[in-house]
Amino acid sequence: MSTFLLEIVTPERKVYAQDVDMVIVKGIEGELGIMPNHIPLVTPLRIAPVVIKKDKRQEVIAVNGGFIEVRKDKVVILAESAELPADINVERAQSAKERAEQRLNAKRDEIDFRRAEMSLQRAMNRLDVKQRQS
Amino acid sequence: MAKGMRDIKRQIKSVQNTKQITKAMEMVAAAKLRRAQEAAQAARPYAEKLKEVVASIAAGTKGVKHPMLETRPIKKTGYLVITSDRGLAGGYNANVLRKVTQTIKQKHTSSDEYVLFVIGRKGRDYFRKRNMPIVEEVTGIPDAPAFADIKSVAYTAVKKFEEGAYDELYLYYNEFINALTQIPVEKRLLPLEEVGGDESVASYEYEPSPEGVLEVLLPKYAETLIYSALLDGKASEFGARMTAMGSATKNATKMISDLTLTYNRARQASITQEISEIVAGANAQS
Repeated sequence: MSTFLLEIVTPERKVYAQDVDMVIVKGIEGELGIMPNHIPLVTPLRIAPVVIKKDKRQEVIAVNGGFIEVRKDKVVILAESAELPADINVERAQSAKERAEQRLNAKRDEIDFRRAEMSLQRAMNRLDVKQRQS
Repeated sequence: MAKGMRDIKRQIKSVQNTKQITKAMEMVAAAKLRRAQEAAQAARPYAEKLKEVVASIAAGTKGVKHPMLETRPIKKTGYLVITSDRGLAGGYNANVLRKVTQTIKQKHTSSDEYVLFVIGRKGRDYFRKRNMPIVEEVTGIPDAPAFADIKSVAYTAVKKFEEGAYDELYLYYNEFINALTQIPVEKRLLPLEEVGGDESVASYEYEPSPEGVLEVLLPKYAETLIYSALLDGKASEFGARMTAMGSATKNATKMISDLTLTYNRARQASITQEISEIVAGANAQS
């Protein structure tokens, strides 16, 4: 089975760079499964886990605020943050989630609401990724 | 004489203490400089990649319209200035602040014509003292800044431009050339210049549409430019501090040796005087 190179890059560092069989991401328009020789594509991503399939194994990475660029031989995910399950701090994510939920319940301010929603999504995403791994 | 000697001794001691401090600061700055350079290096792939994609969209689809690419008649200007939180870094802050002030004086007659975004305590204090309009400020940026640290100021700066609060945005920071040289530079951040369209563009599919993708990418691109400027600024700060502290240490060493010489001369003189006094006394008795 053919593979392609997947790179996940954040402003701080390169998080991931390996040959993989398939990658599943959640784009703005819906879920995408990308296999080798996919047509070149660029799309923004939702805050969601990215699933990587490699040698019959599966890896999950929490990606936040990014987009994917698919080329013939290479796929690049650029994100503001990307965390492997091992890097995720569950307690922090949990408390961030609770904080965000409180704020969502309390405030009606437009910007605060958006912000709380985003941070809730990020926290849930992290927890989700952590759970899937274990 | 004896009193003069004591004074010199005290002075030597104090210079020695100062030297110890500057020496330590130099070494700390050197270590941090290395890390800051690595961070700047690590951030490069992201910025380059983003630029590549933005360029390929711009080149691949003609006539994309986006507020961030539009050049408007300039009524108001935004400046984003990156300085450090702490001093003792040679001309690091002074240079960049001087450049900003000069430009502002040349281009504007009243303070209604521009706004400032400041990163770093030194810059903030400087502008505040002169009653210049600061929109947003960030202080207490860690030595190894994360993207999240400047996310909000970058976001506001870009957002305000889109909303039309100002019609151009300039970035001021110290560009890192090497540990000895840092040059204050001015970069126009917005509207984004024609991002160099290289020909080797694969024709991509865009989801949902080229404009839609650009909508997401351009603000990110601008934020990334700010972030890499910040990293560059950090590297420059440590470079400047290292150099400044290095020369301070050297000056202290020279001062100590000068003072030691003076001290020894004074000691010698007092001994000579004592001997001649004793001899004179003995002669008088015989």
